[in-house]
Amino acid sequence: MKIAVVGAGPAGVRAVEVLVAAGHRPIWIDEAPDGGGRIYQRPPAALRRNARELYGFESTKAAALHGCLDRLKPLVDWRPETLVWHIHPGRKTLYMLNGGMQATAAYDAVLLCTGAMDRVIPLQGWTQPGVTTLGAAQIAVKAQGCAIGHRVALVGTGPLLWLVAHQYAKAGAQVAVVIDTTSLASLAAAAPGLLRDSITFAKGLYYMGSVKARGIPTVHGAIPLAIEHDETAVTGVRFRDARGREQRVACDAVGMGWGLKPESQLADLAGIPFDFDPLQHNWLPERDATGRTPVASHYLAGDGASIGGAAVAELAGARAAWAILQDAGRAIDTAAVRRLDRALARQRKIRAALERAFPFPVRLAADLADDIILCRCEGLRAGELRAAAVSDLNRTKALTRTGMGRCQGRICGVAASEVLAAAVNQETATLGRLRGQPPVKPMPVTSLPAREHAA
Amino acid sequence: MKLLRLRDTDRPRLALTLDGKPIEALDGDTLLTALLAADAVFLRRSEFGDGPRAGFCLMGACQDCWVEVEGTGRVRACVTLAVDGMKVRRG
Ligand SMILES: Cc1cc2nc3c(=O)[nH]c(=O)nc-3n(C[C@H](O)[C@H](O)[C@H](O)COP(=O)(O)OP(=O)(O)OC[C@H]3O[C@@H](n4cnc5c(N)ncnc54)[C@H](O)[C@@H]3O)c2cc1C
Ligand code: FES
Repeated sequence: MKIAVVGAGPAGVRAVEVLVAAGHRPIWIDEAPDGGGRIYQRPPAALRRNARELYGFESTKAAALHGCLDRLKPLVDWRPETLVWHIHPGRKTLYMLNGGMQATAAYDAVLLCTGAMDRVIPLQGWTQPGVTTLGAAQIAVKAQGCAIGHRVALVGTGPLLWLVAHQYAKAGAQVAVVIDTTSLASLAAAAPGLLRDSITFAKGLYYMGSVKARGIPTVHGAIPLAIEHDETAVTGVRFRDARGREQRVACDAVGMGWGLKPESQLADLAGIPFDFDPLQHNWLPERDATGRTPVASHYLAGDGASIGGAAVAELAGARAAWAILQDAGRAIDTAAVRRLDRALARQRKIRAALERAFPFPVRLAADLADDIILCRCEGLRAGELRAAAVSDLNRTKALTRTGMGRCQGRICGVAASEVLAAAVNQETATLGRLRGQPPVKPMPVTSLPAREHAA
Repeated sequence: MKLLRLRDTDRPRLALTLDGKPIEALDGDTLLTALLAADAVFLRRSEFGDGPRAGFCLMGACQDCWVEVEGTGRVRACVTLAVDGMKVRRG
């Protein structure tokens, strides 16, 4: 039986571990030079340091996951630095690109563990050099030993906001201000749910407390107004605080993000239907608690299926691997599967509390001023989308080119939906979503034979 | 935009060029790090006349960090490691 696993983050690693233990030798593909995924991304060799310094509280888990990853590599068909740019569910074929060379892989079953990326809301000035996602700000420190600037403002909401602020301060970077769009009242209301998992809760409080204890200015329930800049650099960030006063803080870089969204283009191309999840405020590919989808032989796990964080990704990866084995008629370890199911059910409740604690600020996206660049690939402004708005995101896309650019709407898709929903006065969920297109990421022109592309 | 190096600055030096001007990088730098920790300030100009760009996601997703490497062609600066002697042009 040919099994393919896409993605070598926490979900992919734990899935492959189960498959290998059951005697399989899957093909295992990741676009990155090494496994680890986002949370446990490994720096280039010249920058490796001990896990404790790189991963903080998660260092034991990071070391365990990396140990598992390295042990598995020789036991599978390991393909790092390989992009899966298309999947054909009928032909059960993956289309891959490695160093400009194309290849295909046929499979009997495939597990997609493609992870997530930052969910962003455009702000005045957000395309300027010096403005990055929160995830990018973290990658700079973790994988490159750099801060995104000398005085960094962090803007958005969610656990990553406070984690990055803590990591910056600890690494010796100057954090000018942390601007959280979530109010303290919303956080407090979600606290009882979060207490179910006292560790998650304690870590969250620790990061927030650590940031405040260092004397870093923090603002809750604020509305970011603009990122100010001159010809060459960011100069400051303007916001309205919870009491309605306008404030400005000087800085030379801004990291921003409002939670995460799944990297789900391959699931889309595999023909898996999507639903709008109102709690997460994301379009999610349909799958059950085991990782099975409505498309037979196609499975999903980790943040690429639904935002759950690293612990859930590990559990969901292992669980989906068991589902693959069971569907192939193989014997499964029912006790292990039961343990996974119980742990996943518990995590879902914690996750729901976390989503309630840091809600996506719909209005901030919906109310984007007309002159703000919405789609950075196409240089398209919010007002242009409003002017052409029709009650369907993909038709509006065709009319305006929103989300048609080189990132395929990964960056602007969320905000475009909200701007459109407000403009036509409908629910976000009724307008559809931007569809994935092959290749899921732009490829060097030389590597794209027309025949393959048309396939 | 100027990245601030916080640690590990004792790595071997690499010599690159950006639009013909010398850029000093460190072994293990991505092109984005190498250029923006030096004085490049930006990586490309928006085709739509809205100003300079210097990448956004640092994880290979947004495609806003495209530069040209002589002999290779267009690459994403954030996921391409700097190699001694690389000749880079703004994208
Ligand atoms: C930038 C960033 C930083 C984060 N930092 C933290 C953190 O510090 N702490 C925390 O708890 N959570 C963090 N998260 C949340 C994180 O998503 C989860 O904690 C965890 O990494 C999810 O695991 P995963 O296996 O589902 O996906 P990931 O860890 O995201 O792994 C997915 C893998 O799939 C690969 N991939 C995706 N698409 C393709 C394709 N088409 N072809 C080939 N390979 C592909 C990617 O290269 C990646 O290695 C972060 C998320 C992001 C986006
Ligand atoms: S910075 Fe987004 S692709 Fe490089």
